[in-house]
Amino acid sequence: MITLEHIYWLAGLMMAGVAIVNARDASNPRRFNNTAFWGTYSLTFLAGSYLPDIVNGFLVIGMVLVASIRGLGQGKKESATREERETSARRWGNKLFIPALTIPLVTVLGTFIFKKITINGSPIVDLKQVTVISLAVATLIALGVGIAMLRPPLLAPIKEARRLLDAVGWAAVLPQMLAALGALFAIAGVGNVVSGLAARWIPLDNAFVVVVTYAVGMAIFTMIMGNAFAAFPVMTAGIGLPLIVHRFGGDPTIMAAIGMLSGFCGTLMTPMAANFNIVPTALLELPDENAVIKVQIPTALILLAANILLMNFLVFRH
Amino acid sequence: MLTLVGIVIVVIGFVLRINPLLVVTVAGLATGIAGGLDPLAVVAAFGKAFITSRYVAIVWLVLPVIGLLEHAGLKERARAVVAGLRAATTSRVLLVYFTIRQITAALGLTSLGGHAQMVRPLIAPMAEGAAENQYGELPEKVRHKIRAHAAAVDNIALFFGEDIFIAIGSILLIRGFLEQNGIRVEPTQLAIWAIPTAICAFVIHCTRLFLLDRSLRAELSRETDEA
Repeated sequence: MITLEHIYWLAGLMMAGVAIVNARDASNPRRFNNTAFWGTYSLTFLAGSYLPDIVNGFLVIGMVLVASIRGLGQGKKESATREERETSARRWGNKLFIPALTIPLVTVLGTFIFKKITINGSPIVDLKQVTVISLAVATLIALGVGIAMLRPPLLAPIKEARRLLDAVGWAAVLPQMLAALGALFAIAGVGNVVSGLAARWIPLDNAFVVVVTYAVGMAIFTMIMGNAFAAFPVMTAGIGLPLIVHRFGGDPTIMAAIGMLSGFCGTLMTPMAANFNIVPTALLELPDENAVIKVQIPTALILLAANILLMNFLVFRH
Repeated sequence: MLTLVGIVIVVIGFVLRINPLLVVTVAGLATGIAGGLDPLAVVAAFGKAFITSRYVAIVWLVLPVIGLLEHAGLKERARAVVAGLRAATTSRVLLVYFTIRQITAALGLTSLGGHAQMVRPLIAPMAEGAAENQYGELPEKVRHKIRAHAAAVDNIALFFGEDIFIAIGSILLIRGFLEQNGIRVEPTQLAIWAIPTAICAFVIHCTRLFLLDRSLRAELSRETDEA
């Protein structure tokens, strides 16, 4: 059975390759920092499941120190000039889209097909992780198609991966770091403290005020935690269920559905949701790391207001 | 109250633009210690959580093939395709992508998108190409604005589409949580009540995208006036 662990080995090998290519690139003034960073990251994929938690913890701290004290560098930027790429684009035409579109199409197909394939009655992939595994399989197939079509030098894929990964830099690891922070927040009980404060300071004897508190609380708490999933249980146990449902007789289904979506408005406005908001600024080479958030804030605020009104009208209706 | 020290550190760190990796690590360690754990246990908890969330990094596996295709001119080709469509504008390219992304997400096809796979190699170059068609070479600032919009479209369409699909994580989480509290809800009901917000999101963001062409035109004519 293919499990997440096998996919992690693949990611570990890729990161190791990135570390090695960096070590050999004299055009990057901080190449050994990059090697140390991606090399350690590679180790967390290859060996993370087998090492004691404390060792993993120190590996992560080591990566953070390398990235923040002396910083990561980049080699010379492009592997081909714009003219070269335009000539190549004319030569290949729309065929270039085939490998690119293979990724999403095979990922989607994989999520359906892998569920159906069994060997001796046991599924071929770990069904709980079928989307992530399908994505990994899809990238391998797309890479195969791309190599067959373009016939690049042997090491070109890993060199290109290195170029893009170094452009993203430490932001590539930030989503995982924030997930770790969320776990520590949960262990320390940060959520209960926050909902306790909200309950103490806000007048909660008016149904509309309660709805506003719940929806805005979902958004703000999601901004703090970076994730609506972490905010939902806290806000719903603290304000939603006792007040909207039990005191004012609101419908729990409508409250929960719109409450979660109010949290998503918060996701659009926070750097803590790094994989949605910070990573793309790195991927798109934007100088302002808050550029995506700034574009999203107007939509998020208007939509949050719309959610409050929707909840207020719908939740007490019956 | 002391347990909130992590939140304070995060806010200060982001405001002062200290390296976020460092800010998050310090905030995590401080929160754990304030919560009464001993320092080594905090490091271990941090390491464990980092290892269990490795799956969010699997998306980086797309980089070898995307890099290879970019080297062969994928972005330039995406631009050229849009350049061949006279009706294409930045707004229209993004509106089409928004619509497709939201509908497919609502059908559970959330992986038909993403920043590394779709936005960087295809959508952003197409949106930029459409503007180049109309206005010629773009100033960096306008380029960056268009790219930020392309990333935002992917996020907003995904967030407010996926909750209409009954087997998505957030609906399963809501159902599980309410059940623990003695309330049984149907996933289909949760999905149905996500539709009004989805429609609002579509209307609000598509209106903004519709106005984007106009703001680009204003911005670019101002630039030429100054030059």
